[in-house]
Amino acid sequence: MKYDYLIIGNSIVAVGCIEGIRENDGEGSICVVTDENYRVYGRPLISYYLWNKTTEKKMLGYRPDNFYKKNDVELILGVRAEKIDPDKKTVSLADGREIGYGKLLVATGSSPFVPPMKGLDGVEKRFSFMTLDDAKALAEAIDKDSRVLIVGAGLIGLKCAEGISDRVGSLTVVDLADRILPSILDAKGSAIVKKHIESHGVKFYLNDSVAEFKDGTATLSSGKKIKYDAVVIAVGVRPNVSLVSEAGGKVNRGIATDLKCATTLPDVYAAGDCAESLNSVTGQNQVLALLPNAYMMGHAAGVNMSGGEELYDDAIPMNAIGFWGLHIITAGDYEGEAYVKRSGTKYKKLVTSGDTLRGFILIDEIERAGIYTRLVREKTPLSEIDFEAIKERPQEMAFSRAVRKDDLGGVK
Amino acid sequence: MIRDYLYPEYEAVRNPDLCIGCRACERQCSNEVHRYDADLGKMVSDSTSCVDCQRCVCLCPTHALKIVKSDHTFKINANWTSEVISDVIRQAGTGAVLLSAMGNPKEYPVYWDKMLINASQVTNPSIDPLREPMETKTYLGKKSSEIIRDRNGNIVPETSPQLELETPIMFSAMSYGSISYNAHKSLATAAEELGILYNTGEGGLHEDFYQYGPNTIVQVASGRFGVHEDYLNAGAAIEIKMGQGAKPGIGGHLPGEKIVDDISKTRMIPEGTDAISPAPHHDIYSIEDLRQLVFSLKEASDYKKPVIVKIAAVHNVAAIASGIARSGADIIAIDGYRGGTGAAPKRIRDNVGIPIELALASVDQRLRDEGIRDAVSVVVGGSIRSSADVVKAIALGADAVYIATSALIALGCHLCRSCQAGKCNWGIATQVPELVKRLNPADGKERLVNLVHAWTHEIKEMMGGMGINSIEALRGNRLMLRGIGLTDKELQILGIKHAGE
Amino acid sequence: MKRIYVNEEWCLGCHLCEYQCAFANSGISDMVKALKGKTIHPRIQVEGDNSVSFAVNCRHCSDARCVKGCISGALSRDKDGVVVIDTDKCVGCFTCILSCPYGAIMPSSDHSVVQKCQLCMDNQAGEPACVKGCPNRAIVFEERI
Repeated sequence: MKYDYLIIGNSIVAVGCIEGIRENDGEGSICVVTDENYRVYGRPLISYYLWNKTTEKKMLGYRPDNFYKKNDVELILGVRAEKIDPDKKTVSLADGREIGYGKLLVATGSSPFVPPMKGLDGVEKRFSFMTLDDAKALAEAIDKDSRVLIVGAGLIGLKCAEGISDRVGSLTVVDLADRILPSILDAKGSAIVKKHIESHGVKFYLNDSVAEFKDGTATLSSGKKIKYDAVVIAVGVRPNVSLVSEAGGKVNRGIATDLKCATTLPDVYAAGDCAESLNSVTGQNQVLALLPNAYMMGHAAGVNMSGGEELYDDAIPMNAIGFWGLHIITAGDYEGEAYVKRSGTKYKKLVTSGDTLRGFILIDEIERAGIYTRLVREKTPLSEIDFEAIKERPQEMAFSRAVRKDDLGGVK
Repeated sequence: MIRDYLYPEYEAVRNPDLCIGCRACERQCSNEVHRYDADLGKMVSDSTSCVDCQRCVCLCPTHALKIVKSDHTFKINANWTSEVISDVIRQAGTGAVLLSAMGNPKEYPVYWDKMLINASQVTNPSIDPLREPMETKTYLGKKSSEIIRDRNGNIVPETSPQLELETPIMFSAMSYGSISYNAHKSLATAAEELGILYNTGEGGLHEDFYQYGPNTIVQVASGRFGVHEDYLNAGAAIEIKMGQGAKPGIGGHLPGEKIVDDISKTRMIPEGTDAISPAPHHDIYSIEDLRQLVFSLKEASDYKKPVIVKIAAVHNVAAIASGIARSGADIIAIDGYRGGTGAAPKRIRDNVGIPIELALASVDQRLRDEGIRDAVSVVVGGSIRSSADVVKAIALGADAVYIATSALIALGCHLCRSCQAGKCNWGIATQVPELVKRLNPADGKERLVNLVHAWTHEIKEMMGGMGINSIEALRGNRLMLRGIGLTDKELQILGIKHAGE
Repeated sequence: MKRIYVNEEWCLGCHLCEYQCAFANSGISDMVKALKGKTIHPRIQVEGDNSVSFAVNCRHCSDARCVKGCISGALSRDKDGVVVIDTDKCVGCFTCILSCPYGAIMPSSDHSVVQKCQLCMDNQAGEPACVKGCPNRAIVFEERI
């Protein structure tokens, strides 16, 4: 069995890749292999699923029912890809099948990182929070009286907390860091969001960690004891790089790729949470594990795999997330000169570096945030816009008349 | 002074049940009549400065607004009317000449409305303009009265320069300055599409509009603003403005604050200086002097362009027209006392000049009597309000008509007669950029074209009804008119019979 | 395909487009009933003051970042290239608000999902209401290449 295009992993990356390929090549055969048993769905939806903001049916409707058929894609569900042979250009599957490829996309995503913790193995109701199956298993294990302990106050842990908040008796979050959401917020922002989340009944233990799980009680390093019925481990994720590394491809923290999303193995591409890409803000290569980037990188890979050219060179870290109605939008990084405005739960931090906007944090004041994102992504010289006006609020008015004319009167 | 307080003449009335508080009225009123009162949580109005321009009425999305004539009144007096009393109070307070704009609004007779048009029955069949050709094309200029042949007996076809109009309607003079750039652009582009002409007025020609030259009449007035060789050659014809129907006998005055940017450049005068057009042309004190200017202009334009002499309709208009016809001018334009203006002393506007209908009839008759009718074309303006007025004017002897007030109404003007304030909410009689942009010339052009097309259709229908299939055949055909409710003297001047005769 | 284009040269800043938008998408046939006493949440927003103003709404980009970044697949381009939102699928994560370079997507009135201009194809207005209601042709609905 051989396909012109083989994709390992059926996430948003695969959709981007398929849509990218089909822009150039309507004929070539495409196959997607995944160890999950679902059509594609957006992973970040699992917390909304538990919060009853969406359903499995809606989640699996990320693309229309006829998506695979319409794009003539062979879908192999529930089978793990185990090995890449870059010389033979084949991929071995767990069921013994060997599939040949013309071009291969590795979109294996990431796996939860579970650090060694004393007594963890003895915790019966222990979960990660990455996949729909994870969410379903967690939902099965909890009830109105459950005391849930979440280890990790990052994006995944806190979205999990929100998702199950109406289904459980109590929620406790422990994190080694001194603040929540450290990957996207500064200290002030963290404090605002923490206070808001606390007002919804979540108890935080920061600067702390679980020393031992034993008989339904977690003893923290500080000595505090927390009773739990279930534990969610959400301390972080690790890119799934082994397929490529074992085949001899270059791997750093994630799979190394160039601007065309190609790995160092011939005809093998990688995209999404397993791969590194250029962070155009810092100029460094890193894993930017974010859904919009996953699609765009997958799309670029698909275009490049099918003979087109699309450089994936404008990726930036960015995040839109909300907790109990408090919305946060961030992008870029925060190395530079900061302009800060705060009132109540509203918080705005714009970070400039030289003549560009390098990053921003918006809490509870997210209207039109994409205009800021654009400044970060496009590295728009601030001297060419009315930065004072745009500091006040994101607006088209801050751009020159010529830019506005193109924005509002041009074909987009 | 407290005793000078005059209750507003018009009141903006809001239906509170319909007002949704969108504040469009507030944003659109340059006179600041409307405002949102946050304490009361609703829109309120102060009608003191309302000019009844209807802008807010038109833009209110729920039709919650109307403007009513105030029923506040001084004690009723047929002689000392409210208007008379108010004017006296104003002048006692200011010591100033009363200014106003647009045409004479007083209750003088409108002769157009006292003339009726004929139609064919039985003996002379009417023509269906939808089925048969109907010619509205009109040529303006001196017509040859004799046939000239060369030695071989062939006819020499040379004629004086002519203006060709697809329909006998032109947009009359409105200067850039008195009206906005966008109003001018609307007129120029509409004239181009319609195959007619518009008139620069005395403010010169903005460089952007030279491209519409074949559809442009350039005007030379007593102030000579913006006149240079390229200007004279830019248009299809040159008009010498001797007078204006709204203010016969006086000049014009565009205040310095309106002489900004492009207007100063176009008028060729420094920014901020008053643009004063003298009452007379200081080089014209006789028909002979006029003739010199006519030929100077012809000389400057290589005798390729007809020269128009425009006068206001005044008491001895027929004799004046006769003189003009002998001055070498190709076209005489006569402006009646109802003609509009961007600013005029109220007393002049309301009391000087005569009706265009009477002036036209007497001029046409005089020129015929003197055998010089073919020496000139006659164009009349000064309140041509409809296609029926056009038909009546042509039957009385006009070659074509000038329209301006009708054109401005097409552009959005609601005849509030406050042009002199420069705050026209419709973007016409203003130079305030925020107001000027309210008139999108693409829209303005379309509405002007619509208007003239509609009138032309109606003209054809009326001509068809009379069994006449060309403007040529209607011109001066006074048998097609009958008077109604007119005295013998009026009928005699108009040269028409009474209805029933 | 026909799209809405905005020319600031002719925008009066009257904000009527916002009200026409809110009315068209209210599902109520009477403007007064639909809008009186209510705070409007239009899908088109006027920026600016008296001298310079213009309306901003969805540009229906062919390479739409909002569609690419949507986590639920609620945003998509339909067969005519119109970027549409399926509010049934939308979970209100606001990633599209983060992504849109024009700031043309906004939270719905209750902030549970997002809303955006869909060229009035999802209501009874016919030609886009903002276009019909613009008094100066500053907003047009036409085909440009």
